[in-house]
Amino acid sequence: MKRKNWYLTIGTVLTACMLAFTALGLFWTPCVPSAMDAAARNAPPSAAHLFGCDAYGRDVLSRTLEGAGSTLTIALAVLAVGAACGLAVGALCGYYGGPADALIMRLCDAAAAFPSVLLALVVLAITGPGKYNVIGALGVLFIPSFARLVRGEFLKYRDRDFVKSARLMGVRDMRIIFVHILPNTWPTLLSGLTIGFNNAVLAEASMSYLGIGVRPTEPSLGYMLKDAQGTLFTLPWCTVFPAAAVVLLILGVGLVGEGIRERMGAAE
Amino acid sequence: MGKALLKRTLLLLGTLLLVSALAFAAFSVIPGDPTGSVLGVEATDEQIAAFRARHGLDLPVWQRYWSWLTAFIAGDFGQSYKYDMTVAQLLSDKLGVTLVLSAVSFGLIAVISLPLGLIAARRPGGIVDRAVTVLTQVAMSVPNFVLGIGLMYLFALVLRWFEPEYVPLKDGLWPHLRFMLFPALAVALPKSAMTVKLLRGAILGELNQDYIRTAYSKGNSRGSALRRHVLRNAMIPVVTFLAMAAGDIMAGSIVVEQVFGIPGLGRILISSIGNRDYPVVQAIVVLLAAAVVGCNFLADLLYRVMDPRIDGR
Amino acid sequence: MMLDIRDLSVVFTDRGAPFAAVDRFSLQMDRGEIVGIVGESGSGKSMTAHALMGLIRRSEVEVSGSAVFEGTDLLSLSREELRRYQGRDLSIIFQEPMTSLNPTMRVGAQVEESLRIHERLSRGERKARALEAMALAGLPEPEAVYRQWPHQLSGGMRQRAMIASALVLRPRLLIADEPTTALDVTIQAQILETLKDINRREGVAILFISHDLGVVRALCGRVVVMRQGKIVESGPVDSVFYHPREDYTKLLISSRPSRKKLRGGREDG
Repeated sequence: MKRKNWYLTIGTVLTACMLAFTALGLFWTPCVPSAMDAAARNAPPSAAHLFGCDAYGRDVLSRTLEGAGSTLTIALAVLAVGAACGLAVGALCGYYGGPADALIMRLCDAAAAFPSVLLALVVLAITGPGKYNVIGALGVLFIPSFARLVRGEFLKYRDRDFVKSARLMGVRDMRIIFVHILPNTWPTLLSGLTIGFNNAVLAEASMSYLGIGVRPTEPSLGYMLKDAQGTLFTLPWCTVFPAAAVVLLILGVGLVGEGIRERMGAAE
Repeated sequence: MGKALLKRTLLLLGTLLLVSALAFAAFSVIPGDPTGSVLGVEATDEQIAAFRARHGLDLPVWQRYWSWLTAFIAGDFGQSYKYDMTVAQLLSDKLGVTLVLSAVSFGLIAVISLPLGLIAARRPGGIVDRAVTVLTQVAMSVPNFVLGIGLMYLFALVLRWFEPEYVPLKDGLWPHLRFMLFPALAVALPKSAMTVKLLRGAILGELNQDYIRTAYSKGNSRGSALRRHVLRNAMIPVVTFLAMAAGDIMAGSIVVEQVFGIPGLGRILISSIGNRDYPVVQAIVVLLAAAVVGCNFLADLLYRVMDPRIDGR
Repeated sequence: MMLDIRDLSVVFTDRGAPFAAVDRFSLQMDRGEIVGIVGESGSGKSMTAHALMGLIRRSEVEVSGSAVFEGTDLLSLSREELRRYQGRDLSIIFQEPMTSLNPTMRVGAQVEESLRIHERLSRGERKARALEAMALAGLPEPEAVYRQWPHQLSGGMRQRAMIASALVLRPRLLIADEPTTALDVTIQAQILETLKDINRREGVAILFISHDLGVVRALCGRVVVMRQGKIVESGPVDSVFYHPREDYTKLLISSRPSRKKLRGGREDG
């Protein structure tokens, strides 16, 4: 009897909603996010401003939409850098092995042991703040964890019979890596990507909250939360909505990852 | 064991050396000369020369690294660019604050996750198990600073269980720890969720092992089989995870400090990054890295003690 | 009579239609006797042993019938009452000596665990009894093995450690659930010899379970043949071996690659 995979169902629905919400924010917001409406200062949620307004009279819904969009793009870009480089490094290390593999994996172990948020802060201390610096710093720092994941998968498959027979038939290594082995690692990679995505969202939000992430002029959920903290008790909506956006985004993707792992476990 | 210990210790020292070299390169070589940014454009040549001499910027790189490293080991972390103080003076009282917060968080993780993991594993698929699973999944999704803001709102502003004002240690150990409990909770909850999940899985995995059947066949009750056989085996991955999580816990402490206005390493780190006060940032990074590497070393040792099968390697 | 099993049934109720893994199994055993149960995998032979030892989770299966051991029906006991018998009057060894020992507990501690549970003894007394049991199980240098970890022992040694831990309280019945299946043929023969020796010297009755009638013949006086949860044949081992009434039993005989067969000769009977 097949049990329903609740993680995957709920996670997919939640993620789809959040993606629709953030994608909307990339193209349209009800008000100009940075526009200060003096009349609407400290306005609680209402029909005109669904999420209320902050102390400067800025529309919280618009800012949340914009911030979520920015967080999403940063996280995806970080993931693209980290996963692409990690995939290349991990696949080559796992497939060929040897002393280069041992050395690179030692470095990855050392780098992965140190919390990436702190390392990214340190990098930004040198490069200065800004969206692209955040993407670059986090992207590079995410390489080791992906490399380790991919390498583990390749180690698992490189001595399987189908790989051996492909090699015997004279298939080129690159083709074996990308055509024969890579598709098998897809479920593990996908689950790794969901974890990476969440870590990227978490890192970006934390860094911006600390004031060392994107520039103050760039939209960010982390910055909104930092700004709202002084008015936590009087204007709770300024905190609640951006916080909810971060949490729901992470929760949805986390559930999808959990669902993938459950399905993989069931398949084995 | 002796040989493995020696090897691990050498590896530890090597890693520390590597980390220190990286940190030195990152802050003392790559950013270039800090003279201009610290003294400003109107500084005279004499002022610049004096500044460079005072901070040893006129020596070759390897010499600067060596003298920096030996001084660092001796507890001399250099001179702050921004303040007229040594870095050691600047950090002395802040390091302790962050360590207390991290330690309390660590204790909370153990206190929270051990019973929850055991309860969840008691009846897999039961109501309690499912509730714990949902709870852990949600807790894992909340960034610790958001959790901190939530705790602050609930306990300081609504319930008024504590004043949102930092209570230093000199006001008494108990009030200090009482205040620290809330930020520590913000750091600990997401990590506890992961620990619960791991522990539950490990216990269930061990309960299915053949040796548990052997234990029952000797007349063990469920409780004693759990205590004497399952827990020890299930704790191996958990202890390793916790020691590896030490870095994350410290990073979490640094972020959460900002939420609760705690004057620990986090605050000075953030302001130093803003001020480009590199000696301070550098010292904090090296200290934290040393702590993380040390914790991983401990994790490795503990793993060896707990799992006799590793001994041979 | 030491053990009187009547109409023992083990029925799985957790998956749709009820499924009888053991169907009205009956067997009588005297003290000091060695009886074999043979059958292919899935025939219910291990399930019978586990039901007898109380190792079946009662939430998932229904166990009915009776198994009167020295005047007490084991199947009617509560879990707590049954625990007083487990490891003390009845004990069991399993097929996989590798995984049946706790990897993070020293061999000595595992051998003397039943003593710790059932008797109040000092450390020294426990150790002395454990060493004695280990010597009985044929472990060379018991003192050294006592302090070793399971992974440091070979498969045969591990099974001997299991035997020692099962015998430490000198139970009246030892259930051996395919104890030699996972071992090399030479080790298998040595372990069988040890079991025989223990039976002779200590008078421990053995219920020996195997899929290999040849192995059973080397050890047992009587044999029960099981198939799909039911007894298909039983009697003195030689008469079952030489004059099997069922084709199924013949299969269990010929599945054993005997030396004769390997040389190309024909198995007689």
